[in-house]
Amino acid sequence: MSKELSVYLEGVGLLGPGLPGWPAATPLLATPATYARALLDIPSPDCLPPAERRRVGAQVKIALTVGREAVAQSQRDAGTLTNVFSASSGDGDNSHAICEALARPDRFISPTRFHNAVHNAAAGYWGIAMKCMAPSTSLCAHDGSFAAGLLEAAVQACSAQTAVLLVASDTPYPEPLNSARPLGCSFGVGLVVAAQRSERAIARLRLSLTSATPSVLPEAALESLRTDAPAARALPLLQWLAGGAALPASVHLQYLDGCTLTVELENIRGRGA
Amino acid sequence: MNLLLSNYTATSCLGVGLDATWQALQAQRSGLKPCDFETVTLNTHIGEVPGLDAVTLPSSLRVFDCRNNRLALLALQQDGFAQAVQQAAQQYGAGRIGIFLGTSTSGMLQTELAYRARAGGQGPLPAWFDYDGTQSTYSVAAFVRQYFELDGPAVVVSTACSSSSKVFANAQRMMACGLIDAAIVGGVDSLCLTTLYGFHSLQLLSERPCAPYDASRNGISIGEAAAFALLTRAPAQLPAGAVLLRGVGESSDAHHMSSPHPQGLGAQLAMRAALQAAGLAAAQIDYVNLHGTATPSNDAAEDKAVCEVLGTSTPCSSTKGHTGHTLGAAGGLEAVICALALRHQTLPGGCHTDAIDPQLHAAYLRTNRSAPLKNVLSNSFGFGGSNSCLILGLV
Repeated sequence: MSKELSVYLEGVGLLGPGLPGWPAATPLLATPATYARALLDIPSPDCLPPAERRRVGAQVKIALTVGREAVAQSQRDAGTLTNVFSASSGDGDNSHAICEALARPDRFISPTRFHNAVHNAAAGYWGIAMKCMAPSTSLCAHDGSFAAGLLEAAVQACSAQTAVLLVASDTPYPEPLNSARPLGCSFGVGLVVAAQRSERAIARLRLSLTSATPSVLPEAALESLRTDAPAARALPLLQWLAGGAALPASVHLQYLDGCTLTVELENIRGRGA
Repeated sequence: MNLLLSNYTATSCLGVGLDATWQALQAQRSGLKPCDFETVTLNTHIGEVPGLDAVTLPSSLRVFDCRNNRLALLALQQDGFAQAVQQAAQQYGAGRIGIFLGTSTSGMLQTELAYRARAGGQGPLPAWFDYDGTQSTYSVAAFVRQYFELDGPAVVVSTACSSSSKVFANAQRMMACGLIDAAIVGGVDSLCLTTLYGFHSLQLLSERPCAPYDASRNGISIGEAAAFALLTRAPAQLPAGAVLLRGVGESSDAHHMSSPHPQGLGAQLAMRAALQAAGLAAAQIDYVNLHGTATPSNDAAEDKAVCEVLGTSTPCSSTKGHTGHTLGAAGGLEAVICALALRHQTLPGGCHTDAIDPQLHAAYLRTNRSAPLKNVLSNSFGFGGSNSCLILGLV
């Protein structure tokens, strides 16, 4: 058995197909029969200077949107918050464009495409947008990327006795890469977790590594969403937060073979508030 | 919490394993050569690990077959590293060893080749292409986890050229929280067209072997490397010459995606955070392994940061003239070079620096120097404004 980490959730951001932000998504997750998949409207990141805003792709836009939503709810200062960015890959459109260019005789790559191809592009733009010089990491664990990110955020919060922003976001590749790595949708989740309980705490999360089978969602539409993007593996946690009836107080989030992130959940104040 | 580098190894263009690496450093020999990689036609120099085409992955792990994972396999078979991991797995349990590896491009070369193999540049990718085992940024950690049959936590940190420095911090934190008892840390990055043509597009590739701190420096040389360390809690009684991870500092520039802050403000924050984590004063640092990529702006910004935090008398050098810039593997490789410097009580002088830029004021070493070394600091900075600083030391 693994040791347990305890953190307090202070803010949630969400953007997924049919889930346009946490307040709008809460009743849909709480009453799944009302959820209907819809095209994702990705907002333009007005927090970035205009030159940068024009250059960023969908993954960065989603990451900035959910990060800001989570931080706003937590009432923390985005400019000083340690942050963890989790994504199973870098921006898919960018990666595709570079590989296409390299397959042509002249092999000309746009410099902007190249620096936007780094896995930590979203974190880099977040730092610029929020003028945040705090430690930042960008990581992945394939389909277990959300759990890897939440684990790292909790570890950072506990080891430094501070608050940490987690931003998990994924976007599908265009073809032909999408056939080799099929993701069904774009998805983004932002969470602010803190080591100490404050008046802003929504829930207490106690994390441990177990060999439990990952939780699935009983409703087909949400379960299919959960497996469509690595960041959507957060849905069992989000659905509990949304306050649906008769849901268990622990969820098992997919991480790696033989290693699941189990989260024991304790309500602190009105879930979904 | 002090952690022990209970085993470590590195493979780069300097050679396979620690002995070859140290011999090259001792002789101040560069491994850079004119670029003849794949079908690349750029006028630049590269640091290539020879013989990777002949490395064979175990048959049960063939889905991982690509240049990056071959390089990982070659490296972890050196210096008793694999045996040390197996021993740790027996001692602590397969679920109590974490894996924290850095890479920037993972198996991207495989995807580049797959795109080139599409008929008429259209249609599907060839059947031999396996995304999860190769291009996926996580693939090298998945490969190492399966190779050692571990079932603890694993992650790939991908923050461009600071990746495999930052993994030391991830491991240290998770051990401090008690989730694991040992950690495999390191970095693996291999040559591919994306980085060669990408840095070319930014006009950051030098046509000659990179010359950090030289007055006429004009860009980087790209290299490839794999470096690994096995971290465990430091026991009360340490073996002679044991190298400890004393502290890690991280920060963000919040300035620009591909240019450093001109005053090195983010770099200063990372260095100060590392000193604080290590409980050391600036005067206690005996050597700095610079990020030192040899672009005009990077070396200038880092010089300002080093002089501001440590003053102008602490000896420093960049070993990228030896190895090239190994990108996501650079932090890990340079941590191993620092461990070797401590072990041999020798400061490595840089290669290819003929005339130190008079605009730079840190005490740059152009020749090797024997000196008592106790604490050494290693800087790694990456695109996106990602900064990391490691301090290693002897007891």
